[in-house]
Amino acid sequence: MYSVISVTKIAPGISRLEVEAPLIAKKRKPGNFVIVMPSEKGERIPLTIVESDEQRGTITLIVQAIGKTTHIINNMVAGDSFTDVVGPLGEPTPVDNVGTVVCVGGGVGTAVIYPMAKALKEAGNRVIGIIGSKNREMIILEDEMRQCTDELYITTDDGSYGLKGFVTDALRLVIEENESIQSVYTTGPLPMMKAVAELTRKSNVHTLASLNPIMMDGTGMCGACRVIVDDELKFTCVDGPEFDAHKVNFDELILRNKTYFDQERKAMDSYREFCKARGAYV
Amino acid sequence: MSEKRRARKNGKADDRVIHLKPPERMKIARQQPIEKEPDYRVCNFEEVSDGFNIELAAEEALRCLECKDPVCMKECPVNIDIRGFIRLIYQKDYDSAIKKIRESNYLPAICGRVCPQESLCEQACLVGKRNEPLAIGKLERFVADYELKNGNFTPPEIKEKKGQKVAVVGAGPGGLTAAADLAIRGYEVTIFEALHEAGGVLKYGIPEFRLPKHIVDAEVDRVKALGVEIKTNVVIGRTLTIDELFDEMNFEAVYIGTGAGSPRFMNIPGENLSGVYSASELLTRVNLMKAYKYPEYDTPLKIGQRVSVVGGGDVAMDAARTSKRLGPERVDLFYRRSREEMPARIEEIHHAEEEGIHFHLLTNPVEIFGDDNGWVRAIKLQKMELGEPDDQGRRRPVPIEGEYFTVETDTVVIAIGQSPNPIIQQTTPGLKTTKWGTIIVDEVGATSREGIFAGGDISRGGATVIEAVSDGKLASRSIDEYLTEKRAKVSSD
Ligand SMILES: Cc1cc2nc3c(=O)[nH]c(=O)nc-3n(C[C@H](O)[C@H](O)[C@H](O)COP(=O)(O)OP(=O)(O)OC[C@H]3O[C@@H](n4cnc5c(N)ncnc54)[C@H](O)[C@@H]3O)c2cc1C
Ligand SMILES: Cc1cc2nc3c(=O)[nH]c(=O)nc-3n(C[C@H](O)[C@H](O)[C@H](O)COP(=O)(O)OP(=O)(O)OC[C@H]3O[C@@H](n4cnc5c(N)ncnc54)[C@H](O)[C@@H]3O)c2cc1C
Ligand code: SF4
Ligand code: SF4
Ligand code: FES
Repeated sequence: MYSVISVTKIAPGISRLEVEAPLIAKKRKPGNFVIVMPSEKGERIPLTIVESDEQRGTITLIVQAIGKTTHIINNMVAGDSFTDVVGPLGEPTPVDNVGTVVCVGGGVGTAVIYPMAKALKEAGNRVIGIIGSKNREMIILEDEMRQCTDELYITTDDGSYGLKGFVTDALRLVIEENESIQSVYTTGPLPMMKAVAELTRKSNVHTLASLNPIMMDGTGMCGACRVIVDDELKFTCVDGPEFDAHKVNFDELILRNKTYFDQERKAMDSYREFCKARGAYV
Repeated sequence: MSEKRRARKNGKADDRVIHLKPPERMKIARQQPIEKEPDYRVCNFEEVSDGFNIELAAEEALRCLECKDPVCMKECPVNIDIRGFIRLIYQKDYDSAIKKIRESNYLPAICGRVCPQESLCEQACLVGKRNEPLAIGKLERFVADYELKNGNFTPPEIKEKKGQKVAVVGAGPGGLTAAADLAIRGYEVTIFEALHEAGGVLKYGIPEFRLPKHIVDAEVDRVKALGVEIKTNVVIGRTLTIDELFDEMNFEAVYIGTGAGSPRFMNIPGENLSGVYSASELLTRVNLMKAYKYPEYDTPLKIGQRVSVVGGGDVAMDAARTSKRLGPERVDLFYRRSREEMPARIEEIHHAEEEGIHFHLLTNPVEIFGDDNGWVRAIKLQKMELGEPDDQGRRRPVPIEGEYFTVETDTVVIAIGQSPNPIIQQTTPGLKTTKWGTIIVDEVGATSREGIFAGGDISRGGATVIEAVSDGKLASRSIDEYLTEKRAKVSSD
């Protein structure tokens, strides 16, 4: 059992959890993720390790409730536990001092980009951050991102905070104003990453996208997370999760991620009923 | 007076126990296990074969010739004393029978069910020269099941504690066997397993209806009863490295039994459409994650109305039969050679046919088509013919030019083989591998690095449960020798 030490609501439907997992806390590098199972009959899902505290033996996860499993996790309280947490998985982000880099996070993708931005900053890079969300309430990790970036741009779809528009609008400006950008790192919804890739392809800036396909084991055993990169079949959980965004076949991945759409919706609906029957709000 | 004593008293050297004369024994027909009807079993995941009951087992035991030179034993990769345990079944001493089997094989309830007996022990059995061979696997399973249900299990005596720690990576049949054997030899053993449950392919691959998971759990418990500790959720190479096991955790030897679980794909257009699964994914969702009990369990699996399985081995049969149980209208199986070359066990091909799987031999997929939503819609196949034999003597399939046909389908399962899991090889400096990624071992199971041993699918590529068991035993013997030498050196220093 992996105990939940603390839970903080950081935005509507988004929680930050500290979970006891000493071996993982010791080993984890930026870019790594874990696979968690909230209960014996639960599903295995991947979540990025946002931070870790080796001394206390804990890892930090930031989870957005979108389907049944992430709702269950969001409803956890301190003292609850996960039956299983395994990791750190995936190849860590390559962190070199290359000069100026841009880190682009959309939605809960900000939780994935933050550890990367922090590591890139610590390695001596000039880091420009761009984070975006639907609206002001949904912006997460603003303070943390400010601390590890030299410049931070915030965008909201409705203009309630920062620039009105998408992260790609900010990225376009950043690329126009800075000639020396060496790399762009991006995580977020697949259509957003695809848009980022299309934009940077035009200006020929190297771009790494941290992909989020459907996963199960996370150790290269099922092939659910397969993606085509540069016409080659790759398993995101062992070969990634980061790949050269200009070479990823996003269209195929976007379609594949909808495989379980009907079942996921049904599961969510019945979970909602279940919670309502107990007077809880989901 | 027992038959045996009477024989001795009469001054005959014959130590036969079974009272019938060999020609009479040879005439008895092979007993058939109780099996569920195909119509019934395709609607659920219950075990297909109930095996032998006491009466059937007794009748089958009668057929053994008690050969002076039991050739059956030599063909069993772990050399179970087959003649000996069958005799004990005849004497109705099931507790001793299972004890005898456990001396050579610590996973009898599993091997009795899934061993390719027809090409091992049973293939050699002398009765098979005239009649059908003894049902050795079914008898093995019978005594193992008897032990689980009614019998006594006392863990084998543990030799003097050696005070040395051994790590086993992977809780598949090879790892479990190595761990059990080393524990009996007096070592302190910890198994590190990447998944959340122990068992390897026995848990995530082989379906419930061939190998119920409570049977696997019971055998795993028997390994734990020896004092073996199993740490799940530890991926060696990620959570801990092999070098850390040695340098920071004081393990003195390591056995790698990480299997060949990485699915292969065909690299044809359309392979990444929704509705295309590797057999590993389909089987893991159903077996390990219990998707067949969705929504009681949360893991989903979407099976359509027309399932197409590609492949001809055990994995393909399991994928087809598993799909069938999830309720589609039709399941087709496409294999590129002919039936004679199918690597699957005969029993399983037979079961698949009984359950209404449609076989299409000498066909090979070349493209998968999708609909506007990215779902599988159809599969295009090329007709094949058999050419010259390859180096293993199997005739090579050759495409017939211009002969294609298309079949409508909404689910495709690819079961064309698995490759070794790569994580350990990538994170353990100095560990030599072949170009296929398997770990190279010598004749005693030692790898290119001191203190590291390996076996099972990770060194053989895809093989069988009993070969993994046999490798686990060999390596544990070698590890014992290696550590004994090491102890001697330390004490003489
Ligand atoms: C390497 C990696 C790291 C991740 N890190 C985080 C993280 O730090 N925080 C976080 O909140 N989420 C993260 N995700 C996404 C997270 O795993 C999914 O949100 C989760 O699996 C959804 O499970 P569910 O049962 O709640 O929803 P489901 O009912 O399974 O899905 C609900 C909806 O989400 C979509 N979906 C399903 N799986 C994914 C996925 N893997 N990514 C995106 N959308 C998906 C489905 O298409 C569906 O429409 C990560 C994913 C990967 C692969
Ligand atoms: C669907 C299917 C059906 C089969 N049917 C039969 C049959 O009927 N009869 C038969 O004899 N054989 C059958 N086989 C083959 C047989 O299952 C294998 O040969 C056998 O399981 C190999 O055993 P193993 O101990 O080498 O590894 P596995 O059983 O593969 O176990 C390896 C274990 O190691 C774990 N692992 C992997 N990497 C790591 C890591 N880095 N750190 C920690 N743990 C790790 C895995 O999670 C797994 O639990 C079948 C195989 C499949 C896939
Ligand atoms: S382990 Fe396999 S080969 Fe050996 S006796 Fe049992 S069924 Fe036969
Ligand atoms: S070869 Fe057949 S008949 Fe002879 S001992 Fe073995 S099982 Fe009995
Ligand atoms: S999640 Fe199974 S192979 Fe990547």
